[in-house]
Amino acid sequence: MSVQTPGVYTYSPREFHRQAHDALGNPQIRANFRKAMDGLMTKRRDSFGDWDLEALRELGANIRLRALAKLPDLLEQLEANCKANGIRVHWAEDGDQACRIIREICQSHDARSVVKGKSMVSEEMHLNAHLEEVGIEALESDLGEYLVQLNEQTPSHIIMPAIHLNTDEISEILHDKTGIERSRDVDYMTAAARSQLRERFMAADVGVSGVNFAVAETGSLCLVENEGNGRMTTTVPPVHVAVTGIEKVVEHLRDVPPLYSLLTRSATGQHVTTYFNMISSPRKAGEHDGPKEVHLVLVDNGRSNIYQDDELLDTLRCIRCGACMNHCPVYTRVGGHTYGTTYPGPIGSILSPHLMGLEETKDLPTASSLCGACGEVCPVKIPIPDLLVRLRRESVGEGRGNVPGAGVKRTRKEAAAWKGFQWLATHPAIWRSGTAVAGKLKVLAPSRLGVWTEYRSAPKPAGTTLHALVKRHQASKAHEEER
Amino acid sequence: MSARETILKRLRERADGPLSAPESDFAVATNRGWSVEERLARFERLISSVHGEVLHLERDDWTQGLAQLLADKGVRHLALGKEHPVAVDARRALADSGIEMVDVDRDIEAWQREQFEQVDAGLTSTRGGIAETGSLWLWPTSDEPRLISLVPSIHIAVLDADALEDTFFDVVEAHGWAERMPTNALLISGPSKTADIEQTLAYGVHGPRELVVLVRHAGAPAGEKA
Ligand code: SF4
Repeated sequence: MSVQTPGVYTYSPREFHRQAHDALGNPQIRANFRKAMDGLMTKRRDSFGDWDLEALRELGANIRLRALAKLPDLLEQLEANCKANGIRVHWAEDGDQACRIIREICQSHDARSVVKGKSMVSEEMHLNAHLEEVGIEALESDLGEYLVQLNEQTPSHIIMPAIHLNTDEISEILHDKTGIERSRDVDYMTAAARSQLRERFMAADVGVSGVNFAVAETGSLCLVENEGNGRMTTTVPPVHVAVTGIEKVVEHLRDVPPLYSLLTRSATGQHVTTYFNMISSPRKAGEHDGPKEVHLVLVDNGRSNIYQDDELLDTLRCIRCGACMNHCPVYTRVGGHTYGTTYPGPIGSILSPHLMGLEETKDLPTASSLCGACGEVCPVKIPIPDLLVRLRRESVGEGRGNVPGAGVKRTRKEAAAWKGFQWLATHPAIWRSGTAVAGKLKVLAPSRLGVWTEYRSAPKPAGTTLHALVKRHQASKAHEEER
Repeated sequence: MSARETILKRLRERADGPLSAPESDFAVATNRGWSVEERLARFERLISSVHGEVLHLERDDWTQGLAQLLADKGVRHLALGKEHPVAVDARRALADSGIEMVDVDRDIEAWQREQFEQVDAGLTSTRGGIAETGSLWLWPTSDEPRLISLVPSIHIAVLDADALEDTFFDVVEAHGWAERMPTNALLISGPSKTADIEQTLAYGVHGPRELVVLVRHAGAPAGEKA
């Protein structure tokens, strides 16, 4: 863990255990997340009140599955329709390629200032850092992202990026970094951010946004938001670049309303968001506002690898609602930063290993009690617990070996131990003599067994085996009956 | 091989073989069967629950209600179109009101700062509304561009009561959106808002602080009299 500025750490999935330990010892973090997650769970439940939720989830899952089944065709159709509408389409195999494409678009316009709407894919590929290296400033405009960026952090939740911060901390950040008065008045702070960011929208050369759904049939990009910063980003600057993972495509326009319903209710318990913004072309002749150039960057970055496998494929159904993290007992306790990845919580634990490899992320699939809450709330019915188990198997080399870094957790000792155990357990005579010997030698058993004995006492082999005890008991019983 | 070809090839040559696409049953997204009154009541309840205001007006003299609203809110500079009947009516009615009517049929490059800093309110028509979610359907045009429903602090939207439909799905299907998507299609369901500061709601974070929907009724408005 390298310290950047006092109190601000660089988190890494490799350090999951240490980071979790630190987070659990931080009552502020625990309180902030607990409060927020409790509220979100209640709101979600209430918002589905008058709906046939199961039928809707079934439809949502089915729409996403159909899109994936036709994925290559739909991507080509999306590209053709976007092009026909005047949107330029780019393809990127990984995050670096995508960054390069966006940088080149910016440079072709001599852009110095980029304003961004919320985009998790751009976080995934570290776009801001990439642009800053070539002297282009990238400013986040979603209020939560803006606060997190001012605080030199990364988002701790995919829907509510600043959920780890409370009002006092935010007041301090805004005071420190932008010079406004310290205040607990949320309206005052919001108004200050509004005027700071409005200047930046007016000055921006390029707007970069994410995409919630890309519609193949019409070549339309759909953006879901409450603040209006997404509309600003995609309307005010002269150039708009939308960046999205290749899995975000849907076949028909009519597929969009059910997914939108599921997304807003699952994410924040809202029956609808303030804005649903659908963009199908740059400014046409005679129109008076909107960007003159619109680009779409389609990013693979590991997704086509996930796509190969029937079981892992379900990962790609995700609509990034965040419900799985809101309902996860582990996420709620350790918070989003602990995972050290762009996507935290259950979705992060099943997605990050594909993006970063299991060497980096081997602890994430184990960051779950497999309680099943995530799978139960997922609006597109992703069997998250099953996928966690699959990745655990992959990490110890017991799966298909098609996840990057598979087998990283396999140790020869452990593999040999299990093999030995298997052999012993299937050979009763040797098993019995073995357990008897263990009982005799119990004084030699170690009293410390790593983390296991941190909060527990070490197990001691019993002096007499259960087998022997039962035998003795039966013998004495038979003896009694005889008398 | 280009990135495009590589990606498409990998997807097409899928290791576990081709996938079959399931059929979709959209019944859950439609067939609400609400009456006109139920739609209106639901629309009003939902949009009010997210801080939108609703005023019921008679179609014949709705501009009186508009003038009153502008006076109440202290609007001095109103951005509006010229061609849409809503704009034509409003311009006629407000001609002697002392309110400056800001033309929007200009390229934004020519008046960006003016729009951001001097316009108090934007007036737009709507194409319809959605009862289920309390949403307005807008397709901005060169007469009523995209930013006038976003940049000014107050957005006033005119909705005809009989243009309300049940669900978003119904609107998309009934009006053949898929065949004629405009540059920008919008659903607006309240004023701009955020909960990014410790889950506390605040309005007007980037877009309008207030959204007022003027619902025009053919006869006398149901409920309160205008
Ligand atoms: S996995 Fe499911 S619950 Fe989690 S973010 Fe994705 S869609 Fe939402």
